[in-house]
Amino acid sequence: MSDNDLNTTKGPIRRFLDAPADSVGKTVFVAVALCLVASMIVSAAAVALRPLQEVNALKDKQINILQVAGIYDPDKDVVESFQAFEPRILELETGAFTDAFDPASFDDRSAADDPATSVALDDDPAGIVRQGKFVTVYLLRDDAGEIDKVILPIHGYGLWSTLYGFIALEENGNDIFALQFYEHAETPGLGAEVDNPRWKSLWNGKKLADESGQLQISVTKTAPAAGADYHIDALAGATLTTAGVHNLLNFWMGESGYAPFLANLKAGDI
Amino acid sequence: MAHKRREMLIDPLVDNNPITLQVLGICSALAVTSSLQVAFVMAIAVTLVTAFSSMFISMIRSQIPGSIRIIVQMVIIASLVILVDQVLKAFAYEISKTLSVFVGLIITNCIVMGRAEAFAMKNGPIDSFIDGVGNGLGYGLILMLVGVIRELFGSGSLFGVTILETVNNGGWYVPNGLLLLPPSAFFIIGLIIWAFRTWKPGQVEEREYKIQTVEAH
Repeated sequence: MSDNDLNTTKGPIRRFLDAPADSVGKTVFVAVALCLVASMIVSAAAVALRPLQEVNALKDKQINILQVAGIYDPDKDVVESFQAFEPRILELETGAFTDAFDPASFDDRSAADDPATSVALDDDPAGIVRQGKFVTVYLLRDDAGEIDKVILPIHGYGLWSTLYGFIALEENGNDIFALQFYEHAETPGLGAEVDNPRWKSLWNGKKLADESGQLQISVTKTAPAAGADYHIDALAGATLTTAGVHNLLNFWMGESGYAPFLANLKAGDI
Repeated sequence: MAHKRREMLIDPLVDNNPITLQVLGICSALAVTSSLQVAFVMAIAVTLVTAFSSMFISMIRSQIPGSIRIIVQMVIIASLVILVDQVLKAFAYEISKTLSVFVGLIITNCIVMGRAEAFAMKNGPIDSFIDGVGNGLGYGLILMLVGVIRELFGSGSLFGVTILETVNNGGWYVPNGLLLLPPSAFFIIGLIIWAFRTWKPGQVEEREYKIQTVEAH
């Protein structure tokens, strides 16, 4: 048998594999085949693991809500502890709860993207572009059934990223119990110090507005004229993140944010 | 053969360590070693990625065209890194939040690319796999060493368990804040390299220059 005969007995796959790896045809083939296989594996993993990841993300959010309300106990089941809260959908403009959506399935973030349930902001100090008309707030009631704390979601742009967090207010709607961000991508060691427990502890007992109802809260380097009750010291080395926190807080506590709701809360209409 | 494979696994731990001898993968070693738990997960992730990427690249090495070989290696490594990232997000969410940026950066970790290009392109899949595990473990060993020093003296704990009670929590130990900052890892890795080369003088590179004496002129 000559070499020629040997070649003809080989199948097309064998002949292809034996072809020099540097030929143009093979280069294109290898590139396309590899990309197809790799993308299939990656997307299969992403799709298969998504339910687990979503459960984790939800759990993480619930833990953050528990922490900001000061009732997180690592030994207890998160879902069970979370039963303490009463989630409600709030219409920002009127400051009243609505039953038009089910809190269990309502997604604040996709609602804020949907033109039907959100507005584009002209005046946008928090840097969020679109604001949802409806948000999920969490009420914590005491044993007598009275509102003890309200946990309000807030978000806004810092230096690199949008910071997502919660602020917990006392039942009078003016005293801050705690503030915590659960998602951001600020610089580790500088802007990411918004997660620092010592800095977060500064928020406890601060007030949003003064007696005349004027919003006074500030997160700045120097204390304003209003006094220390309305001032949180800025983070050292994180000027822009701090300015972002200041702006988003003033935005969300202001007229386009929770002000109508807080007014209702103070008047006892909730 | 079995003897040679054992060597492949053990050699990168000390004698041919990717960090101390080849001085690769330094940037991630700086970033993830301030806490042992994170360093441990990172070490496992890098070991898995190095081992499997070397194995897959070795399996198709005769079919990889030379002109696009780096891109082919990158595609395989990147896919594996995304897999690791997805698995971490699904099963270790807390750690994935701290590691998120660095897991993505495994793609550019010189150790993974270095082993793919230097070893897997010329050796069989099983050998390449073992070589990858060995180098990943060598990387992990240094990571853990640096992590122990940084976490113990920087925050007074190991794997999050308090060993030295810090002043902030009412204890006696004043933690060294420098150790929590990335530059400290430079010093520690430098000292480890010095210690390794004192122990094994064979690792000392020859000088590229010679210091002239006055008499020689």
